[in-house]
Amino acid sequence: MKKENIIDKVWNAHIVQQKQGHPAILAIDFCLVHEVTSAQAFDTLRERKLPVFDTKSLLATVDHSIPTRKNRHEIFDEMAKAQVQKLRDNTKEFNVPFYDMDSSHQGIVHVVGPELGMTQPGMTIVCGDSHTATHGAFGAIAFGIGTSTVGHVFASGCLLMNKPKTMQVEFTGEFQPGVTAKDAVMKLIANIGIGGANGHIIEYTGSAIESMSMEARMTLCNMSIECGAVAGLIAPDKATYDYLKGKKYAPTGDSWNKAIAYWESLKSDSDCCYDKTIIIDVSDLNPMVSWGTNPQQAIEINQTIPKNTDDMSKNALDYVKLSINQPIKDTKLDWAFVGSCTNGRIEDMRVTAAILKDKKIAEHITFYVVPGSEQVMAQADDEGLIDIINSSGAEFRMPGCSMCLGMNDDKVPAGSRCISSTNRNFVGRQGTGSITHLASPATVAASAIAGKIVSPIAYFNQAGEIA
Amino acid sequence: MKAIKKIQGIAIPMNMTDIDTDIIIPAQYLTSTSQTGYGQHAFSRLKSDPDFVLNQSKYSQAPILITGANFGCGSSREHAVWAIKELGINAIIAPSFADIFANNAKKNGLVLIQQPQDVVDKLFNDAESSELILKIDIENQTIQYYENTLEFTLSEFFKHCLINGLDELDYLMSNIDNIKDFKQKQVSNSLFINRQ
Ligand code: SF4
Repeated sequence: MKKENIIDKVWNAHIVQQKQGHPAILAIDFCLVHEVTSAQAFDTLRERKLPVFDTKSLLATVDHSIPTRKNRHEIFDEMAKAQVQKLRDNTKEFNVPFYDMDSSHQGIVHVVGPELGMTQPGMTIVCGDSHTATHGAFGAIAFGIGTSTVGHVFASGCLLMNKPKTMQVEFTGEFQPGVTAKDAVMKLIANIGIGGANGHIIEYTGSAIESMSMEARMTLCNMSIECGAVAGLIAPDKATYDYLKGKKYAPTGDSWNKAIAYWESLKSDSDCCYDKTIIIDVSDLNPMVSWGTNPQQAIEINQTIPKNTDDMSKNALDYVKLSINQPIKDTKLDWAFVGSCTNGRIEDMRVTAAILKDKKIAEHITFYVVPGSEQVMAQADDEGLIDIINSSGAEFRMPGCSMCLGMNDDKVPAGSRCISSTNRNFVGRQGTGSITHLASPATVAASAIAGKIVSPIAYFNQAGEIA
Repeated sequence: MKAIKKIQGIAIPMNMTDIDTDIIIPAQYLTSTSQTGYGQHAFSRLKSDPDFVLNQSKYSQAPILITGANFGCGSSREHAVWAIKELGINAIIAPSFADIFANNAKKNGLVLIQQPQDVVDKLFNDAESSELILKIDIENQTIQYYENTLEFTLSEFFKHCLINGLDELDYLMSNIDNIKDFKQKQVSNSLFINRQ
């Protein structure tokens, strides 16, 4: 039999129909829905008088345009308010499961899906959001789609697509304490560029992946889109099953055993092929920080801004007010942010709190810590993290996308410089005129204390714990 | 969808690479729930520069955009495609496009034409030095300008949809019985959602 990798296996298991010269009709198992990219898709259903094909394969929540202050029910922006209300109305009319504020499961789509156990190995998962690759951490093919395609999935449970190429990214070695999955994926993007994986689905493999928690794997897969990949995934293993067991939509009893047997069969065959393979050794990797206006413009924290003469880099340097050969370390900051679908999970809250414990952030820094979901918030509260974070002078807020994209109340002011655990440092991404430096939550927390960009490594002991 | 067979008119040279979707349409304009009204905000961050190419009146309603590699990278927001279409642009020529943007373009009859870097560079030169009129023939997959003819590839299926004004959703719905059968089998073999 032909040797197959996990991408081939999951893809092939979802082909409803493949005609010569046509894209495949690909069955979609799970579609996440949020307020920004769904209204026009529901309109399509109404215009064509079509029902939702399978309401139980959908899951909706609000995240992008909502406020994260305490009284978040009150949305001051009239358009955002109408958009949120529209989702409430649409999910009601079409009978789509909806986790609204205070349902105890509201949050960023990519945090909520896994935590409810809807995200499972071997699935095809879509959402009108480019960071859908997050769900690939469970061994699913998960990718972002536009609103028209959301409409197609609503109506038919399928979409049309040509099979992407496959790429293996192997992370070898072991991280030094204080270096994380975020740093690994930023290194990958810096190496291959923002278009480096265009047209490919990535399978992440290697020793560094095996030892990663599910949270870390989600961080890694999340940023696959930043090197242009259609999706990124990791084969399921014990960590995956341990995470899923007991979650709301995870199978139970006999069905659980059947599921594990199927999921195990999805692993890539030994000697399978990929269209491309890249190997990155993480043993000597340092924490990464972006310096420019796209995620590829990033360096290790002890490096200086490279000499690059293309227009793109020159424009970027003008925008971020930095220059060639300048060290990125010690760059003075105004804002800090931990949150988003990249780093808004419980582990991220834990590492942030551990670094902030019994310390104060620098006086001139405003630091928002925003949980990815109501579940993350509840757990952070149980573990006493919220108090620790607030006592440091940082502000723990309500769940949502917050400062990740500059479309709700949380924005970095024009000209201000923010170190951020998010995934994009595009011009104006965190608000018009804002300057973003991407980094891991550990780097963000350490830098917030210092008031400038610093490495978090000093906070970690040899065992990788924060002393 | 409207059938499109030919696109003809002035080409806009936007000589930049990696134009991302936050540049095409910033997130602050995404709170609208309608499919229109985005054109006025297209490229708004670049428009504050008086030298930006789209600030030149000769390019208002120009139907073809020539631009650099990896156009449309970033977010999945289809609003980016809607905004560009509202500017009157029906075709984009570039060395490469980001995947989600390319998929979204297809759903809206925005024709993306991939050409090698050196060809795109030449088109930039020509369009920057004088008004460049291109004739794009979808059926024959050619671009004509002056005496030159360039060829381009389009997926067979997309071309079929484009010249016949067909819609992907119609195609999917015409296969709905197959889809239902498929999904039925899946539930007993390979899907394990606990639906309660
Ligand atoms: S947190 Fe940021 S990247 Fe993630 S879904 Fe929200 S806006 Fe998109």
